[in-house]
Amino acid sequence: MTSFTCDESVSLCEGNMMEVCGSTDSCLREFGCEQSLLSRPDGSASFVQGDTSVLAGVYGPAEVKVSKEIYDRATLEVLVQPKVGLPTVKERSQEQCVRETCEASLLLTLHPRSSLTLVLQVLHDDGSLLSCSLNAACMALMDAGLPMSCLFCGVTCAIDADGRIITDPTAAQEKESRALLTFAVDSTERKVLMSSTRGSFSVHELQQCIAVSQKASEKIFQFYRDSVRRRYSKTL
Amino acid sequence: LSLCLLFRRLDGRQTYDYRKIKITFGTDYGCCYVDLGKTRVMAQVSCELVAPKENRPNEGIMFFNIELSPLASPIFEQGRQSELSVKLNRQLERCLRNSKCIDTESLCVVSGEKVWQIRVDVHMLNHDGNLMDAASIAAITALCHFRRPDIAVQGEEVTVYSPEERDPIALSIYHMPISVSFSFFQQGTYLLVDPCEREERVMDGLLMIAMNKHREICSVQSSGGIMLLKEQVLRCSKIASVKVSEITELISKALENDKKARKAGGRCGFAESLPQERITALKMDEMPVEVTDVTEQAYDIIQKTKEPPQTVPSPLVPAPGVGQVDQGQQNTWGLEEEEEEREDGVEEEAVMEVEQQKEEESKGAQRYFNII
Repeated sequence: MTSFTCDESVSLCEGNMMEVCGSTDSCLREFGCEQSLLSRPDGSASFVQGDTSVLAGVYGPAEVKVSKEIYDRATLEVLVQPKVGLPTVKERSQEQCVRETCEASLLLTLHPRSSLTLVLQVLHDDGSLLSCSLNAACMALMDAGLPMSCLFCGVTCAIDADGRIITDPTAAQEKESRALLTFAVDSTERKVLMSSTRGSFSVHELQQCIAVSQKASEKIFQFYRDSVRRRYSKTL
Repeated sequence: LSLCLLFRRLDGRQTYDYRKIKITFGTDYGCCYVDLGKTRVMAQVSCELVAPKENRPNEGIMFFNIELSPLASPIFEQGRQSELSVKLNRQLERCLRNSKCIDTESLCVVSGEKVWQIRVDVHMLNHDGNLMDAASIAAITALCHFRRPDIAVQGEEVTVYSPEERDPIALSIYHMPISVSFSFFQQGTYLLVDPCEREERVMDGLLMIAMNKHREICSVQSSGGIMLLKEQVLRCSKIASVKVSEITELISKALENDKKARKAGGRCGFAESLPQERITALKMDEMPVEVTDVTEQAYDIIQKTKEPPQTVPSPLVPAPGVGQVDQGQQNTWGLEEEEEEREDGVEEEAVMEVEQQKEEESKGAQRYFNII
């Protein structure tokens, strides 16, 4: 019985591979990042992907309200501020995604009974907003010097109507896509920390997108390394 | 405070000096960033068609909103009712709306039915003193920069053209009111223009004068409860007029530069304004991602994971018309296993099948987790 089901799944795969061509159009847009651009927050960074830009600021570790304190860990609070209007449910769900990722990679137990506040301000949205927010958040946490067990980065893939996978899509590409997947990848073992998807896609496409994101994350981590090296080149 | 007595300021400015103002624009029309020293503010203008107010059917609606983002300072919180936020909002409204710097009648599309609602959102990004001035500069610059979509009215029908079809048009702005803040120390003896955050904390009172370059005062606001002499207020207004003309020139120059850059077709926006020379900034060009072995990798992964079998077993129907739920699952109570084995052979087989299925399922789930 066991082997029977295995064969079935293999044949399905082959069928899928022939119909859905695994061609990918992956290139990442222009990146830019600036650290420590705000004087008040403990750590701040702005991350730019093409035209999408997000500004992140971190305050912490600081005092926490008694109602929110956790006895053995720091309380992480994430706020996403949209450009126009008040924060809506969409921002709340993005906050949730970012918070899960940060809690997985920050060493929160080193700062019990403190609060960490991460504020993300959307400066311009031209597609792949969630991954840009994740990247900005990671750079801001690095800039603040908070202890982390691993770095993380966000990659967005869009599957358009032909089945092609586009990485780092613009807003126009996102609109026409059949599915939009965002993954947060960690730096040590390239594992997926968080995934947020919209639309319908097959298991095969999902695994392809994960693999593409892992490849793309290598470029992004290299970019992190370069920018931090450049930043500390005068002091070290 | 002691520095004031020596006529010197913390950052080396003179008493009437403004900090360095830098204005940059975003990618789309109506987005502008203003740096006043270290204070950073972003303004975004957007518009939509709505029904007008009942008592003013010919005029468009202007809506101002200042967001004291928690990014700017640890004291600001997400809930908006702080005194400072109300004060700033009110001041900005008075400065821009009551001075009638924007022609609201030109925003009317169909009288009584459709007018443009212009919404100005100002976000504070970094609080290093003098938020009001920075906010007013950002708001008026963003309004000057904004372009609304072109429309055509034919009888009752209104067609809104997208930016690709027809060029959007600018708002009609009569004049640019800009506010200048003065802080007073020691009951009005000492006066400083453009207080930074530390100076703001120890000041006794604040005087805000909004003027335009034609030397017309748009609004005056005094807070802090200090009493000022008449000639002090007049002196302040003279200083303000000088400052306002300087700032207005700066704004027009920035708008000109931006217009030129857009005409030349260059990309403009926050991305472009990232300072290249700074050590804290880095830029990388578009890069392709190696995806040659992606398909093979994906194939491998799928081969390793098995299709997880149906986790919900369909309910057994022993007789037509009778449905049963929760039958056919292996029960985990050790006691009842013996009883089950004594029952007829058919059911036993079913149980055995289900047992095997469950084993596979747990193995499949395990494999799934291994990959992820």
